[in-house]
Amino acid sequence: MRYQSFLVKYAEIAIKGKNRHIFEDALIRNIRSALKPVDGIFHVFKEMGRLYIKMDEPYDYDGALEALQRVFGIAYICPVVAVDSLEFPVIADHVADYMRAVYPEQEASGRSFKVFARRASKQYPMDSMEIASELGGVILEACPHLHVDVHHPEISLTVELRQQAYIYSENIPGPGGMPVGTNGSAMLLLSGGIDSPVAGYMIAKRGVRIDAVYFHAPPYTSERAKQKVVDLARQVAKYSGPIRLHVVNFTDIQLAIYEKCPHDELTIIMRRYMMRIAEQFAGKDGAQGLITGESIGQVASQTIQSLVCTNAVCRLPVFRPLIGFDKQEIVAVSEKIGTYETSILPYEDCCTIFVAKHPVTKPSLKRIEHSEKKLADVIDQLYQEALDSAETIEIG
Amino acid sequence: MEIYFDNAATTQPYPAVRETVMQMMDADYGNPSSMHMKGVESERFVRSATETLAGLLRVKPKEIFYTSGGTESNNWALFGTADRQKRKGRHIIISAVEHAAVSAPAKVLEKQGFEVSRLGTDTFGRVDPEELRAAMRDDTILVSVMFVNNEIGTIEPIAELGRVIHACNSDTLFHVDAVQAFGKLPIYPKQLQIDMMSVSAHKIHGPKGAGFLYVGEKARINPLIYGGGQQNDMRSGTDNVPGIAGMARAAEEIYSRMDANKEHLSALKSRLRDGLAEMEDVVIHADLPETAPHILNASFLGIRSEVLLHTLEDAGIYVSAGSACSSHKRAGSATLTAIGCSKEEMESAVRFSFSGMNTIEEVDVALDVIRRVVPQLRRFRRR
Repeated sequence: MRYQSFLVKYAEIAIKGKNRHIFEDALIRNIRSALKPVDGIFHVFKEMGRLYIKMDEPYDYDGALEALQRVFGIAYICPVVAVDSLEFPVIADHVADYMRAVYPEQEASGRSFKVFARRASKQYPMDSMEIASELGGVILEACPHLHVDVHHPEISLTVELRQQAYIYSENIPGPGGMPVGTNGSAMLLLSGGIDSPVAGYMIAKRGVRIDAVYFHAPPYTSERAKQKVVDLARQVAKYSGPIRLHVVNFTDIQLAIYEKCPHDELTIIMRRYMMRIAEQFAGKDGAQGLITGESIGQVASQTIQSLVCTNAVCRLPVFRPLIGFDKQEIVAVSEKIGTYETSILPYEDCCTIFVAKHPVTKPSLKRIEHSEKKLADVIDQLYQEALDSAETIEIG
Repeated sequence: MEIYFDNAATTQPYPAVRETVMQMMDADYGNPSSMHMKGVESERFVRSATETLAGLLRVKPKEIFYTSGGTESNNWALFGTADRQKRKGRHIIISAVEHAAVSAPAKVLEKQGFEVSRLGTDTFGRVDPEELRAAMRDDTILVSVMFVNNEIGTIEPIAELGRVIHACNSDTLFHVDAVQAFGKLPIYPKQLQIDMMSVSAHKIHGPKGAGFLYVGEKARINPLIYGGGQQNDMRSGTDNVPGIAGMARAAEEIYSRMDANKEHLSALKSRLRDGLAEMEDVVIHADLPETAPHILNASFLGIRSEVLLHTLEDAGIYVSAGSACSSHKRAGSATLTAIGCSKEEMESAVRFSFSGMNTIEEVDVALDVIRRVVPQLRRFRRR
């Protein structure tokens, strides 16, 4: 079946009242940019309160669909057959062809359907009810393996008569959420692991623009570990749009902590400095929150007590979209969004290089703050150097 | 300053090789299969390269078959033999320390119903000819053992293995992966009773993407790649003329210096070896007098390979992580496992590999750097 248009359905945008056009305009922008690398010419436009994409033949159907399924704000994508004529017999022929092609006997035998008809112009010689029931008859004749069920149809065929006639029945799910750029921006603490790319994805899904900060520790972590994070950011950017990635050299801070602080508190203190640095970059980039991939109890540094300690250094809200997720659930999302394969590449991250054998699981904020005082004579300078030497990579 | 001690991974092409390759790209770009003069001229370069390589090995030109390199040669030797000889038998013997280009095809053949025996080694990585004798059977169609171990430099007793194989079963083919040996040791396949031998150009200062498989006239194997029937129908595909000519040029050059090189490389290696041997908590692997002169593998206990590698890199010194494993998740190196390395030794192994282009001063500089950074890195051991 060749489709000439997509009808894009959005769920939440519709309820945003007077701001609706802001959301719609963002969605149109994001759709256009998602379709840019796809082979074909795509026209994205609003018509009578609906969003359409019209394609010039030939175009890459699978590629277009795949790109649209990454645009937040889209609830469903309906591939549409457009008929130039509004003459009823012409429409009826196309409807019969459509049903035969999309629901052939060997696949759809025994399924039920219902026709929904809409007409934009009340001047049309038949009303909606008549159109629907006439077309129902046409379909029954063309596809005797289908039957009508007006209450619980398995197939809902919609025929809309506007400038052209539109025929569609498939609702291909989009990613949901809200268009990126309509809900401010936040700074993601990105590592090479499985969790943080998923966390970034989930916040971006709520319409938030994302920037990221990555901590590397040469020579303890390699150039390839950094490349891996760049690749992860690139994959997240397929959904979230462009990401500004700050790469911070964290080695000296880590070594200072290692030398001066109790070993079982290393990870907590390290994470507190990561949060502080991330907040600095958030300030520079105008981000209004931090994002982490933390999930309660996953590791020692993510117990409630540990989260209290790391959270204490932040003024900005910290978004932890995975907080209630099990590892399995996180893995499932990362597989879905295509970051899993990269995340499991075996390059060591700076979080794992100096891990204590028995890290504290219930740190007290007081004790941690006390331990941190031991860094007093070096940390300001190291902190400043880390900020100043950071490299910024524009992704997507 | 740049000190390149990763010559077992790849080597810098000789200037003469660069010129030859350039000439083939520039003026003599013909297809050797073409009827016209341009093709005939190209064919001449290929023929002369073949004669050069065959001469160096003292074999016949028609026993040299060009491939894309060591991996293809090894794959071809295994799959080509298995395919051709499967009615005679389905038993294959390899060593436990083979390069993945041999061990991975063997695993695939195992899945296809062949039986694979894997010979262990002693703590120096040497295969025992008597163990091979015990493993030989009437239905053994192929034995594949490498000449020089790519990770630790051990030289396998190829001559003895060849004698054992052919004494036990005259039908068994003997394949030798000589990627790390060719150009470094004098090798005469006929004397050593080798039926097939893999060689790669870029390990001897030649171009990447070129290599050959020596197939003795009596060895019968099937092609791996079918098509236009080049190379006597044994390996189709337009001849890689720049690669082939460049490889022959590199081989000529390295053979002309073989004796001097051997002495030079041995001097480099023993200088490094002696320097490292004085250090605390450094384990030198396959520490024998008679190993390949260009490869030295050592574990710096308490420092992960990757960390030392990147630290040396900062000082302009390029080495390789001794084990292919860079994470707890992946299995460690087959060779280091076979010679009985502990987990700690595996995680801290670093490979230094030399070429004739390296100097004794470079070794001294490297030793200075190593002596300086190793204690620093050990301060930050994982506790």
